[in-house]
Amino acid sequence: MNKIALIIKREYLSRVTKKSFIIMSLVGPMLFGMIFVVQFWLVSHEGEQKVIEIIDESGYFHGNMEGTGTISFIYPDDNLTRAKEELKANDSYGLLYIPDIDLNNPQGITFFAEKNPSIEVQSSLEWFIKNRIEEIRLGNFGIDKQQLDEIKTNINLNVINITDAGEKEGDVTISLIVGYIAAFLIYLFIFLYGLQTLRGVIEEKTSKIVEIIISSVRPFQLMMGKIIGIGAVGLTQFVIWAILTIVIWQGALTFYQVDIAETKKMELVEGMQTSLGESREMPEFLEKINTINFPLLIGAFLFYFIGGFLFYGALFAAVGSAVDNDSDAQQFQLPITLPLILSIMLLSAIIRDPHGSLAFWSSIVPFTSPVVMMMRIPFDPPLWHIGLSMVCMIAGFIFTTWLAGRIYRIGILMHGAKVNYKVLARWFMMKN
Amino acid sequence: MPSPNPLILNILTANNIHKSYGDFKALNNVSLSIPEGSIFGLLGPNGAGKTTLIRIITQIIAADQGIVTINGEPLSSSHIREIGYLPEERGLYKKMKVGDHLLYLAQLKGLSKSEAMDRLKVWFKRFEIAEWWGKKVEDLSKGMQQKVQFVGTVLHNPRLLILDEPFSGFDPINANLIKDEILQLAEDGSTIIFSTHRMDSVEELCDHIVLLNKSEKILEGSKKEIKQTYKTNTFEICHKNPIETVEPGFQLLAQQAIEDGLYKTSIQIENGRGPNELLKSLINQVEVHSFMEKIPDMNEIFISKVKGGHRE
Repeated sequence: MNKIALIIKREYLSRVTKKSFIIMSLVGPMLFGMIFVVQFWLVSHEGEQKVIEIIDESGYFHGNMEGTGTISFIYPDDNLTRAKEELKANDSYGLLYIPDIDLNNPQGITFFAEKNPSIEVQSSLEWFIKNRIEEIRLGNFGIDKQQLDEIKTNINLNVINITDAGEKEGDVTISLIVGYIAAFLIYLFIFLYGLQTLRGVIEEKTSKIVEIIISSVRPFQLMMGKIIGIGAVGLTQFVIWAILTIVIWQGALTFYQVDIAETKKMELVEGMQTSLGESREMPEFLEKINTINFPLLIGAFLFYFIGGFLFYGALFAAVGSAVDNDSDAQQFQLPITLPLILSIMLLSAIIRDPHGSLAFWSSIVPFTSPVVMMMRIPFDPPLWHIGLSMVCMIAGFIFTTWLAGRIYRIGILMHGAKVNYKVLARWFMMKN
Repeated sequence: MPSPNPLILNILTANNIHKSYGDFKALNNVSLSIPEGSIFGLLGPNGAGKTTLIRIITQIIAADQGIVTINGEPLSSSHIREIGYLPEERGLYKKMKVGDHLLYLAQLKGLSKSEAMDRLKVWFKRFEIAEWWGKKVEDLSKGMQQKVQFVGTVLHNPRLLILDEPFSGFDPINANLIKDEILQLAEDGSTIIFSTHRMDSVEELCDHIVLLNKSEKILEGSKKEIKQTYKTNTFEICHKNPIETVEPGFQLLAQQAIEDGLYKTSIQIENGRGPNELLKSLINQVEVHSFMEKIPDMNEIFISKVKGGHRE
């Protein structure tokens, strides 16, 4: 046991003291933050103003299309041929030509541009035209557009979960975000650190240290020490990321609160009535995030992180032991990474029905359960689902470590052997 | 056959060891005894089963059948500390610092950190490599790495040292240094199993040998005894003028002219005749400058045994 501790210590220290680990630990949360910021920016970014010329021969549109922040319309007096010629010379984004159309079957509307228009512009134009035609046709039917808008109603459903502990407000969006982040992190860590295990074993094999080590310890001890050591590195990185994220989050929150206070002060001073609804959004979000059972979530995260890593780490170690270099590893890597990738792909189906039979079974089978169960937990699955899944996870990693151990003990001593699945099976069956 | 002499203490005995990898028999009923304090040559061509036998002794793999004992006790994990093993395929963690690496290896053998530290200091001083302590392994030359590996093998003062091709990769100076250390360790009481293809080092270092071929043992004993057994009653004579004929009972095997009109001739004595008779008969014919019995060297014995297959 003491020897496993020595191996774990070496594997752990040799990795956490690496510059790349320290940099990744510090930069990781910022990088993730950046990804979110960039995505948010891309979504909210309005882009540059696009001027679109309209030649309207129908008379329905002239002066009736208002445009948005990114698209504006002008109505040149030219005919189509001249306008098309001038399009090359002026700065306009494109030319929308509307012939004399039949409102019941509008045909022949054409957009001329020097370059292919973006999907955004195309769908905006379609929306504008559709909207305008509908407005005219409503008028023809004697319906007032304003009245119709007033009839439209927005509904926000309050979700209350009835649990043994009483009623609890739920929020699908929050569950979804929290679940997805947890599931994705598990996937990411198993993948990244599983590959590290594989490389670590290959390195030991190619640097030919392995025979020296296993004359002092059992191959199984070496394999377990390596897996646990690397798992601990992953856990350390996660904890650092979590702490840094909380610190950044708190910082952002403090900044935000100062911002609200400032806004309120200004409102008082200027006596202006701004919509308070907007500034309430954040605290409401925070309130809802508290509906998630965090002790269960964090406990389960740690369990599935460790369980999932041991499960997959053992398989990665077995592959590493069987081959002599990274490129040989690829053919055996695929069957291991496939269920991992599958579990991420399953998430969209799980989100649609977090308590259905697909969700149930994929959160029980250890190949997919670490990722899928993390997605399900914010949706409060029955506790016995979690219990059963955990028991299967434990049984699963005991099985994979046993299986991997049998391949590993032979594989690490084999150099230059041509390995296929038949050979692996033979190693597995071999006596010690 | 294990050594028949009951007075010799054996540090290791292997009895009827069998080991197969699938259909391939790597060891077939191999038995041997290694006398305590000996330098024991484990010889054989590639694929003879040497590495398999070593791996069984170092408990990296287990025998299918048969038993290995150390000091009379069946092999167990408690013996790991008593064995030092330098495999032929050897390396180090490239990113580790030399000092940390050796401490790690020593601790895996069961030494405490402080114990390992004390011994390391002695070895670093002896090899004059103190300045390497904080260097990364990858920054050392191959020869330097070999020295570090050697220190890692002997640091825990093993009673049984197994060296698989220990001189490969060393330049002659360092090979000599390691050879002296091996002799010193033997003198201090360690038993050394020495697996090699280099017969010159066997000749120089080993006092006992075992020869494996095609998974079986084909020869075992002290080097001296084996040489006696395999000598062919052949004498090498240096003389002036060629020998024309020899008397019945002697057989002229080869004759060649060397420098200054001298000739070198090999003559085998058949049963019932002695070297004195041969010398007498030659003196009558030629001027004898030297007369010496030809003792086969290990290389010749190795080749004749391996090529000739089983003759025992």
